[in-house]
Amino acid sequence: MQKITRDVLIDKASALLSDGTVSCVLGWKKGEFDYDVTPAVFTTHDELIKDFVFSDFCGANFSKYLVSKTKNIEGRILVFLKPCDTYSFNQLLTEHRFDREKVYAVGIPCEGMADISKVRAISGEGIASIDTSGDKMLVTTLYDDEPVEIAPCDFLAERCINCKSKKHVAFDELIGEDGDVIDSNRFDEVARLESLTPDERFAFWQNELSRCIRCNACRDACPACTCEKCVFDNPASGIENKSPANEFEEKLFHIIRAYHVAGRCTDCGECSRVCPQNIPLHLLNRKFIKDMNDFYGEYQAGAEVGMRAPLVDYTTEDLEPGEVFDRRDTDA
Amino acid sequence: MQVNEYKPLIVAFCCNWCSYAGADLAGNNRLSYPADVKIIRVPCSCRVNPMFILRAFQRGADGVIICGCHPGDCHYTSGNYYTRRRMAALFSMLDFLGIERERTRLEWVSAAEGAKFAATMNDFVETVTALGENKRLEDLRCKK
Ligand code: SF4
Ligand code: SF4
Repeated sequence: MQKITRDVLIDKASALLSDGTVSCVLGWKKGEFDYDVTPAVFTTHDELIKDFVFSDFCGANFSKYLVSKTKNIEGRILVFLKPCDTYSFNQLLTEHRFDREKVYAVGIPCEGMADISKVRAISGEGIASIDTSGDKMLVTTLYDDEPVEIAPCDFLAERCINCKSKKHVAFDELIGEDGDVIDSNRFDEVARLESLTPDERFAFWQNELSRCIRCNACRDACPACTCEKCVFDNPASGIENKSPANEFEEKLFHIIRAYHVAGRCTDCGECSRVCPQNIPLHLLNRKFIKDMNDFYGEYQAGAEVGMRAPLVDYTTEDLEPGEVFDRRDTDA
Repeated sequence: MQVNEYKPLIVAFCCNWCSYAGADLAGNNRLSYPADVKIIRVPCSCRVNPMFILRAFQRGADGVIICGCHPGDCHYTSGNYYTRRRMAALFSMLDFLGIERERTRLEWVSAAEGAKFAATMNDFVETVTALGENKRLEDLRCKK
């Protein structure tokens, strides 16, 4: 097990800052609580010592931040990337969303990140502090004298339990040993839903999607969603802060969100991570990924720079939409 | 006696070069197909954004069919190949959400296939009539 510590990252960042390789560092800053760390840019060693943190809650995928953070900087920006983030990194490069020359990417190993809602379900409300330095997480609440111990299997985020790769597909430098692509079970839940009747599926999604409050966090966090002139970034469009008026709009929003990133979604899991309503959005994306693997051959977005996504490609022998269903029915 | 008055509203996106001409031929040959099929002409089947289909359902369609040139015959060389992939992905997703898969269809109809056009529409209308009203993708605000 390779556990990365704050000190290792600060040392690396300080060294790269002082030898002039980079001019700033994209890292994490403590929020109000131990679990709400925020991405932040640091420019000096002193700032790093003062505010830089690293814990099991540093799950944010930094790739998307590079789109805006590389715009107005002198020199290069240092970014720490977990294996799954590197897929988004490559996908963004494929789409020419930032200048590779302006980034110095340091790959860090990852044993999985924590899901605060799982932690809270065990510890209860009123979390005062969380210590993630050991193998088990120690959570102290306002109401208990002794910290609660939580094992990784109980706090890991869904996307980390079903991690698809511990291998970095892009980096300038690595800290620690690189891992391998994993044969994960990430499509099992999609397959289970597929095996239900349409009525059951409809009820499942009705129940999940009706909780959506249309905060748009899922689309804001998604590294595949980086168009500059999106209606969601235009307050005058009347769309960006619209609450779902009825069931139709809930479905519309989610189908369109997932469809927009179909073929480009790297399955990084940010959408589900940020959803305040714990809606399993990754199942929609994985449905598209699973389908495209089945219909057009295995494809992992972001595995390499410059790959052609399945929906902007074709062969003359592709399946007809009707055949897709016939095939599934004979399989079942 | 109670008469079943239900007539589905069908939206058919037809490509200008093949299927729309096929519809025209069906008309010229006096082949009948139900009047509930509302044809929307598009320059190519790949002009049909998946959003159009959802929009049609929102506005009260009970079934949506996209008709384009046969693979290999696209006026713009490859438009319909993209349509085929996009629609396979979309229809499969709608099915995943529990929406009846029979409500969406993709068919290839050439300008010479007036009879196929009429037969396809008759068959599609029959299928959707059997399903009944679209309840799973309806927007009550748009109901008249
Ligand atoms: S993050 Fe969750 S609640 Fe917010 S818009 Fe997305 S699905 Fe809805
Ligand atoms: S849709 Fe979700 S899993 Fe896919 S790239 Fe966007 S945030 Fe990541």
